[in-house]
Parts: sequence; structure tokens; C-alpha cells
Amino acid sequence: MVNWIWMGMIVFSVVFGAANGKMEQVAEAAFGGAQTGVTVCLGLISILVFWMGLMRIAEDAGLVRKLSVLLAPIVRKLFPDVPADHPAMGYILSNMSANLLGLGNAATPMGIKAMQELQKLSAEPTVATPAMCTLLALNTASITLVPTTMIAIRMNFGSVHPADIVAPTLLATIISTGAAILIDRWYRSKNKTPPTSSSIRMNKGAAPPTSQINPSAPAGGG
Amino acid sequence: MVELIQIVSTWTIPVLIAFIPLYASLRKVPVYESFIDGAKDGFQTAISIIPHLVGMMTAISMFRASGAMDAFVGLIRPLLEGFGIPGDVLPLALLRPITGAGSLAFVTDLIKEQGPDTFVARIASTIQGSTDTTLYVLTVYFGAIGIRNSRYALKVGLLSDLVGFFAAVAACWLMFGLV
Repeated sequence: MVNWIWMGMIVFSVVFGAANGKMEQVAEAAFGGAQTGVTVCLGLISILVFWMGLMRIAEDAGLVRKLSVLLAPIVRKLFPDVPADHPAMGYILSNMSANLLGLGNAATPMGIKAMQELQKLSAEPTVATPAMCTLLALNTASITLVPTTMIAIRMNFGSVHPADIVAPTLLATIISTGAAILIDRWYRSKNKTPPTSSSIRMNKGAAPPTSQINPSAPAGGG
Repeated sequence: MVELIQIVSTWTIPVLIAFIPLYASLRKVPVYESFIDGAKDGFQTAISIIPHLVGMMTAISMFRASGAMDAFVGLIRPLLEGFGIPGDVLPLALLRPITGAGSLAFVTDLIKEQGPDTFVARIASTIQGSTDTTLYVLTVYFGAIGIRNSRYALKVGLLSDLVGFFAAVAACWLMFGLV
């Protein structure tokens, strides 16, 4: 997809530029754009170096773990089909806490570990379970405390108040995270075969019913 | 309400900068050494973005210089302005879930063209800062464990991106539009 967009934009620019007699500007823009790309990245160094240093302190101080404890009651509600003492829950909590603190680099490995653990709860390893979809939704819309990159770029272009996007960003991410949870809930209930007849019939052993909902869902949903 | 939001913007960063080292010191963390350790990664991260941003900045600058961007925005502008959404940010809404570097390049270009403190640039910055690249996250997380059927995950991601887009516009109106 990205390949097509990139190629399409460049080819379309040249064709459109030719039709408009703007070939010279298009050629200049190609090199000008490349130069801006480098300049912006070099401008990011200062803030990224400082911020990632600060975030390492937060990590070493155990803030991720601290936050996990606070988040646990909410997260258990969001993942009703994951047993509270399952290792997946621990990784989900670390992933969400790291995201909340803006530790993108720490959040990703935790999220992947969580996915691996959730896969162990699934009967069909190549099909996403509801819990996996919820985790993904939370990660794409995660609450952002400090949008560091954008602040840095605004600073580079001489903004008077580079940080004044902090509050709107926080507000927007709180709303989009709430929306992600609700939309995920809706799809979850729409796609789930009710855990009535089929799963109860299957569930003759002493296994808790929570872990039984998962394997039955993909079979019913097709 | 607006004052409160402005206080959040002004105070969040300084408070974090003071709180984190203080808290860590109380937990007996050698804060300065930790800082230097983590800071090394920042340099790597900034450098590793260069190829992505150069590629995307080139494409977007060409797109703008050829007049294609203006033509595209001109087409969709009437659809959006009734809702108080500047037409210039719509390409961003389309790029954001697909390519992180592409949307970053778009916002950078917009800030460069229109100035960082314009309403449009603030909306664009908020959109860019407030959502992650849905397709990328899906690829990384589901790719890592070999999921082939992602079911409704993409729909949830894209729909919440859409909500995020409107929320970002609304948040900027609340904060910058009414002052």
C-alpha cells in the first residue's frame, strides 16, 4: 500500500506538473523536500535524546510497574476472556502502561509478548481472538501525554508556543481511546457466537468457562 | 475550561521533567547514568528516521509543487468547511493510518508552508501526535505471531482513527478557535 501511494504521488506530480508547465518547480521540490527531510530529522535529535533519556529514568524507577498496578482493575474489565492470573495479563498491563508514558520503544516488545500469550489461549493460532483485537485497538489509539516529535518540529519552524498542542492532543487521544474501546466492544458482541449451547456442550470438563469462550468463537464465526 | 486546558499544555512537560528524576532518586536509581543510557537511543532513533522522512518529504514536496495538492484540496474543501474543518488537513486524515513517515512529512510540509502557529498547522500537529499508524501497528503485532485472519481489528482501528480525527479538530477549536 505504502509503495503504491509513494510511487503514485511522485508519478502523478510529474504528470500534473508537466500539464501545468511546472516542471522546474517539481524538480526543485524533489531536492528541496529531501533536504527538509534531513534538516527535520537533525532537528529532532535534541528533543529525542533528551526525552528518551528522561523516559529511561522513568523505566528504571519502575514507573511502568507502578502504573500497571493502577490500571489492573480497568484492564481486567476490558479483557474478560483472559484469566486474571494468566501471563498475558501482565504483558498487556506493561504494554498499556508503557504506551501511556509515551515509551513507544518499550511498549512494542511488551505488546508482542502479550499477543504471543493470547495466542496460547486460542484454538486457531492464525485467527485473531477478540482479546487480540482489543489489545490492537488500544495500541492504535493509545492515550498520548507528550507528543514529543510534533513539539520538536514545531520548535524547529519557530513556533512561539511549541507545546500548546499538548492539551488538545491529550484530549483527542482520550476521546479516540474511548471510541476504540466502544467500537471494539460493539464488534466483539456482534461477532461472538453466544457462549450458550455449543460451548457449554463442549465444556464437559472442569475448565473455567472463560477460557472456553475463545475456542468456540472462531469455529462458529467461520 | 479553556484556561484549564492551557494550564495542562504549559505544565505537563516541566512537571514530568521534575517529577521523574525526583521519584527515581527516591527509589535509589542513579538518575544521571540512567538518563545518559537512554539518551543514546534518542540519537539512533532520530538518525534512523532520515531515509523514511527524506523519501516521503520528496514525494509530498513534489506533489505540492506540481499544483496537485491544491487541486486535490480544492476539490474536497467545500465538503469539509461547513463542519469547521480546514480542507488542508484532509490529506492527513487519509495518510495517517497508512504511513507514519508519510503523514509526518505532510505535517512538516504544512507547517513549513503555513507557519507553525496557524490554526491549520495546530490541527495537523494534533492529528499527527494523537494517533498511531494503524496499518503499521496491525502488521507488527499480528505479523509477529503469524495471524492471517485479523477479523474486525482493522475496522476498529480505522473507525477510531476517524473519531480521533474529529476529536483533534474539535479539541483545537475548543482551545485555539474560540480565543
